[in-house]
Amino acid sequence: MALAFLDRWKQGLAKTRQNLQSRLDWLRGVAGRRLDQELLEELEEALILADVGPQTAGNIVARLQEKAAREGIREACDLKEILRRILVEILSQGVPAPGPCPQAPRVIMVVGVNGVGKTTTIGKLAKRWVDEGSAVLLAAGDTFRAAAIEQLEIWGERARAQVVKHQSGADPAAVIYDALQAAKARGSQVVLADTAGRLHTKMNLMEELKKIKRVMGQVVPTAPHEVLLILDATTGQNAVSQVRLFHEAIGVTGLVVTKLDGTAKGGILLRIVDEFRLPVHYVGVGESPDDLREFDPEAFADSIL
Amino acid sequence: MFEALTGRLEGIFQKLRGRGLLTEENIREGLREVRLALLEADVHFTVVKQFVERVRERAVGQEVLKSLTPGQQVVKIVHEELIGLLGVNHVPLAFAQQPPTLIFLVGLQGSGKTTTAGKLALWCREKGRSPLLVAADVQRPAAAAQLATLGEQLKVPVLTPKPGAKPVEIAREGLSRARKQAHDVVLVDTAGRLHIDPDLMAELKEMAAALRPHEVLLVADAMTGQDAVNSATAFHGGVGLTGIILTKMDGDARGGAALSIRAVTGQAIKFIGVGEKLDRLEAFHPERIASRILGMGDVLSLVEKAQQAVELENAERLARRIREDKFTLDDFRLQLQQVKRMGSLEQIMEMIPGFKKLKGVQPDERELVKVQAIIDSMTAEERRDIAVINSSRKRRIAMGSGTQAHDVNRLLKQFTETKRLMRQISRAGPQGLGKMFPGLRGS
Ligand SMILES: Nc1nc2c(ncn2[C@@H]2O[C@H](COP(=O)(O)OP(=O)(O)OP(=O)(O)O)[C@@H](O)[C@H]2O)c(=O)[nH]1
Ligand SMILES: [Mg+2]
Repeated sequence: MALAFLDRWKQGLAKTRQNLQSRLDWLRGVAGRRLDQELLEELEEALILADVGPQTAGNIVARLQEKAAREGIREACDLKEILRRILVEILSQGVPAPGPCPQAPRVIMVVGVNGVGKTTTIGKLAKRWVDEGSAVLLAAGDTFRAAAIEQLEIWGERARAQVVKHQSGADPAAVIYDALQAAKARGSQVVLADTAGRLHTKMNLMEELKKIKRVMGQVVPTAPHEVLLILDATTGQNAVSQVRLFHEAIGVTGLVVTKLDGTAKGGILLRIVDEFRLPVHYVGVGESPDDLREFDPEAFADSIL
Repeated sequence: MFEALTGRLEGIFQKLRGRGLLTEENIREGLREVRLALLEADVHFTVVKQFVERVRERAVGQEVLKSLTPGQQVVKIVHEELIGLLGVNHVPLAFAQQPPTLIFLVGLQGSGKTTTAGKLALWCREKGRSPLLVAADVQRPAAAAQLATLGEQLKVPVLTPKPGAKPVEIAREGLSRARKQAHDVVLVDTAGRLHIDPDLMAELKEMAAALRPHEVLLVADAMTGQDAVNSATAFHGGVGLTGIILTKMDGDARGGAALSIRAVTGQAIKFIGVGEKLDRLEAFHPERIASRILGMGDVLSLVEKAQQAVELENAERLARRIREDKFTLDDFRLQLQQVKRMGSLEQIMEMIPGFKKLKGVQPDERELVKVQAIIDSMTAEERRDIAVINSSRKRRIAMGSGTQAHDVNRLLKQFTETKRLMRQISRAGPQGLGKMFPGLRGS
């Protein structure tokens, strides 16, 4: 246990060092350079490579140019600092505002396309809140994918959270109904509802989500208190379409970005935060229960650059 | 979003109309649009750069075909280059001379390996083979249970690991079980892993070195962005990929990752996944993906075919007649002749979005001959206005064309139906008929 922790700490340090190194390299690369077209193109390239998208990248660089002109910036190093500030400014719109804590049970519906990390994120959240002393209940709302229920149960054991389930193939809304009833009866503080992965373009499956949401409201009038959309950091421009269609269908209240422990930067988040003004609650950085972090605009911007 | 690429390019090239030659100058703006479209489709930055360069080289100095606008001409080059890059032919799975064929499925977390393993098992069985599924994912909770459930649904045996077994041991056991039980394909589902995870990549390498699979297929999500290049390169360098399967193609992702992965690995895209059900696996067709990346449906290949056959004048006339609702059997006959020159009718129908519904309505190719004969046996008046065709006229026409009265009836019905549909399509605007025949637009 202690060793595992040390390992992770070491890894974390190594990663920070890498980041620092690459930043230093970059700075060395541009030191003494002047603001010119080539430099701007390089910056745009870096943004596109981070999945910011060509249009947003273009807009950001235009803003950068304008700002640089206004502030009389000529040095490349200073330019980069301005760019960083612009990114942080955009991303800061995604920092969740502290809201009032709703009456228990607080019901959180977790949705997203296939394989983005819904179940894993639920496991991590459950672990975190149980460790903080809350009574957490997991609702096995993915009755479609093979062994999805078993997967959630394993996470339930890891996190020491109760799981309410039906059989595979059952009506997900019925599971959710039972889970919320159980939560009320048992005095659970948080309910995390898993749902089957679905492509946002499938109308019938989006209807199913609406039904699940309605059923939640029947048991707990103010539920769901959160609708969390999980996004995979490796996703490119399609993430925008995911947010738009999930949001239109069921009203997303917040985002979680997973798989940021890889080499993908998740730059599409810039466009999403700017366009939809949705808070980013957490980021996923691995497959272990503790690999969940609060969203930090500065760190996110640094990793993009 | 970019259904409009062709349209945008046309706008840019409008001023060029009739000038004849594509030059560095006059295609610059167009290539910028192409670049944007590809980036928006998630094709990797460097791949886009090289690609646009190649298109430029090819385009400059080309003469604009008579039947195409300069915009269409550039799109045509772009499209051809895309297909060239994606690989022209479908590359099937390589089955071993000496069965069993060993196939590894590898990739990032959540890309769809397990489902794809199930789909491939079904595909193999339908090809008359006897697959064995092997659950070598010991990382993700309940991964083995997931594969076991799929196997049950398919009635395909699944080897699930004993607790504590290492993936290489599991795969080896699968191989020996296959030999014993006469399975000729072994499909190994491996754990999802990050390409920068040193331990898990080493494990995969070890598996490949020990068991020498015939196929190592990278399962990649069609929605992947720029990072596709990093992961594909690492997996290829680590274990040597032999092919790619692109999943979740049933959504609205443009699938530019296909291009990136193909460019950096040089391996063929063998299948695409188009749904959660286990029969939703399709052979890869470069044409379709190329059009999708550019955002213009298969209409583009139709443009190509049509361009060879349809004369501008006729097409324009046809468009006018449809719009003015003056479409007659004369026009119908003319159209049939053109269609015949354009290749298989079925194929053409397939390519027009929304036209699949029309299948039952359209005559099959053999029938075309009959239809032509029937129309030829009508008088000019009858061809102009089918309302005058009473039953005695029908009998005469049938006799004259060596057909039966019900053939004539069917043709008249088809004609009315076609007319109705054409009206609908032409009302749908340039998305419809305008793109069917390139010449139809300007008028
Ligand atoms: N490296 C990494 N892997 C993750 C992260 N989050 C989830 N995963 C992995 O991604 C894969 C898919 O995760 P799931 O939690 O099953 O995803 P899901 O959205 O519930 O999938 P479906 O229910 O099948 O749609 C698993 O292998 C997880 O371990 C993360 O932050 N980093
Ligand atoms: Mg799940």
